[in-house]
Amino acid sequence: MEVFKADVAIVGAGGTGLRAAIAVAEADPSLKVALVSKVYPMRSHTVAAEGGAAGVVQDHDSLEYHFNDTVGGGDWLCDQDVVEYFVAHCTEELTQLEHWGCPWSRKPDGHINVRAFGGMKIERTWFAADTSGFHMLHTLFQTSIKYPSIKRFDEYFCVDLVVEDGRCQGVVVIEVATGRLTFIQAKAVIMATGGAGRVFRENTNGGIVTGDGMALAYRHGVPLRDLEFMQYHPTCMPGTGLLFTEACRGEGGFLLNKDGYRFLQDYGLGPAEDKPRNKYMELGPRDRISQAIWHEEKKGRTISTPYGEVVHLDLRHLGERKLRERLPLIYELAEEYMDIDPAHSPIPVRPGIHYTMGGIYAKLNTETPLPGLYAAGECAGNGVHGANRLGSNSLVDIIVFGKLAGVEAAKFSKSTQFSNPAALETQAKAVQERAIGLVTKTGGKEKHSVLRREMGKSMENGCGIYRTAAEMQATCDKLGELRERYKNLDVEDKSNVWNNDWLGALEVGYLLQVAEVVAHSALNRKESRGAHQRLDGYEQRDDANYLKHTLAYCTGDGPPRIEYQDVVITKSKPGTRAYGAAGDKAEQERKKEAGHG
Amino acid sequence: MADTTKTIEIEVLRYRPEQDKEPFFQTYTVPFEDDWSVLQGLQYIKDDLDGTLSFRWSCRMAICGSCGMMIDGKPRLACRTFLRHYHPNKLRVGPLEHFPIERDLVVVVEDFIRKLESIKPYIIPKEPRKLEQGEYLQTPAQLEQFRQFSGCINCMLCYAACPQYGLDSKFTGPGVLALMHRYNADSRDGGRGERMALGHSEEGFWGCTAVTYCSEVCPKDVDPANAINQNKMGSAIDYFLRFVAPRGAGK
Repeated sequence: MEVFKADVAIVGAGGTGLRAAIAVAEADPSLKVALVSKVYPMRSHTVAAEGGAAGVVQDHDSLEYHFNDTVGGGDWLCDQDVVEYFVAHCTEELTQLEHWGCPWSRKPDGHINVRAFGGMKIERTWFAADTSGFHMLHTLFQTSIKYPSIKRFDEYFCVDLVVEDGRCQGVVVIEVATGRLTFIQAKAVIMATGGAGRVFRENTNGGIVTGDGMALAYRHGVPLRDLEFMQYHPTCMPGTGLLFTEACRGEGGFLLNKDGYRFLQDYGLGPAEDKPRNKYMELGPRDRISQAIWHEEKKGRTISTPYGEVVHLDLRHLGERKLRERLPLIYELAEEYMDIDPAHSPIPVRPGIHYTMGGIYAKLNTETPLPGLYAAGECAGNGVHGANRLGSNSLVDIIVFGKLAGVEAAKFSKSTQFSNPAALETQAKAVQERAIGLVTKTGGKEKHSVLRREMGKSMENGCGIYRTAAEMQATCDKLGELRERYKNLDVEDKSNVWNNDWLGALEVGYLLQVAEVVAHSALNRKESRGAHQRLDGYEQRDDANYLKHTLAYCTGDGPPRIEYQDVVITKSKPGTRAYGAAGDKAEQERKKEAGHG
Repeated sequence: MADTTKTIEIEVLRYRPEQDKEPFFQTYTVPFEDDWSVLQGLQYIKDDLDGTLSFRWSCRMAICGSCGMMIDGKPRLACRTFLRHYHPNKLRVGPLEHFPIERDLVVVVEDFIRKLESIKPYIIPKEPRKLEQGEYLQTPAQLEQFRQFSGCINCMLCYAACPQYGLDSKFTGPGVLALMHRYNADSRDGGRGERMALGHSEEGFWGCTAVTYCSEVCPKDVDPANAINQNKMGSAIDYFLRFVAPRGAGK
């Protein structure tokens, strides 16, 4: 088996992985970086992020406001030390992207322009029209080409970590074009593999978003944290789940029910006004808006379509010119995929799974409990997003913590030595045999595409916008059944070259494991908070018992073991989470209380 | 639910180098909905009819650039091409032209990637700037000088459309030349001189024979033909300036 030695191996070359690679290269150009990605870097799912990235720039804005929005938006499940670091570094990292050429939209005077976004008190979302993630990803990819120490492994699929002497010492990868396996021996490994939205059926995510890094870390004893918090984005295309950015509402779009009524005013987000107002109505947070759509459906005030109940995203009043300038991709999606001209007709939308708030447990400095293993970006559960992420916080998460992971992993790699490769190679060969065994074994009956569909459907039934114990339990049972059936898999394609039947089977293995953690973490959390909402007697947030992170540990061939861990509170005591006029009132009360204290 | 009885025949090019001597077409009958893309048709084949068919895809929304292929002879993104536009006729799907076939609908793209890497596709600052100094000022008009050319999703449809690239793959090709222009035209950048050594050559802008089919097939209106044309002009001016101005002044 081929062996490649790297000081730092990075799995995933989206925004996080690329930013981390550049950080290692800048920290010390003599450090060899192996940047592994199962797709060419510019295909990574960062590419699909639309609306923008948050960083305080306006004089009347402050880091404290960004902190408060993020912590309140996360329903106080955020680790506040992590959020403090985060908000303090967003603008610097966005400026770095600007220096590298990212074509951010500008004000007439040449300064960065910012737009409003949900749950943000002041406009602070930097944007490049409505293809912000695309531009950030391409800027990072193209900039990474400058650094000769970054050795890319494009279209290499990671099958496992190699852990020896209690630390992570490399990864085993499959070259997609040939089916050959390589052992990348590394002093430090960074997981940057993105989310796991594909555990659900209807989602905004690309086909590659299959939780690979989460499952791999989990198998090696690293807990997955807070995975019950899966974000539903309120405005997705019925059927495919493709995303209509929150920037549609940031620019002034309305959400209407079947009577043309701006229903969000009935859900504590009002009053309704003609002009968008931050943290009111359509500029509320994603969890609350998705929940409101669910209630409208129950009240019979949504519109029936072949792909389920929908509400209308109305952009007509913004006019064609503004839509073409600010939301060109949205225009294209509506026209090409739905045959709708958004300047003349409202767009039917429904909530779809969008983002994985939890992930691989990582501390503020991105290290995981497994020495030598770091995690950043959507695959990480570092507590920055809490129970609900605010729009435009993830595109900064990936660069702020991507960079930090690079710096930390570089430091760690310099403090350690390559160990004797013999023991590692024995392990790597065992990994190889297991991976190849999935293809060569005969007598299996199950198709991975069937398991994937059954999983997605079951997750939607049990772990949707609102949850009950009975439904979650049914999903847990179903996932247990799928885990057993996975052992009886039959991979139809037996070839070596570009066998993505094989890789698809491996991905379903990752997905099933992550799905089981989501479902069990959800079932165990007996309260409602952020994106985790229950209807079975646990409708309220319960800080006395659940102001805690979920930690899910792998037990081998069975469901996870669930533990809990305190949330880090530095300066924001958990309070009432409210938006609209009620939000203003709650803020005044907090101020008054703080004044008295 | 929508009508599911409609079906369409999709002929897909198959080639598995380990077992097939040469490529051949295999026909699949696919039930479909009116809003289904060609990609959804291929996914149906992969999931339900034949797990051995290989193709690249990810985002489904015409932004990741993975699923470029020949659809009834035209380079197109499978995710943004719809089956209803071909029904009731059948439809033929093959790998992107002008690239070696790796397997089925997957082509070898290393040549494109090497070319992209070769043109210094990053800012070479005109005036280096520290982070503490904040962002470079760039007016909307300055942004407009290169914005269109920064929209390339690297789907390579323009390479499949380019007769010159088909004849001689040494030609840098439309997408990468548009990217070169994107950086040259950026007000923050001072690297034009470094990049134009290649730009001036036969493999660069002058290799283009101005067919402009590249711009026609571009799903993102990047208009590489326009980028190339502007540089032929710039390249010619640079050439003449060499005779009248001191070395380097033409940059």
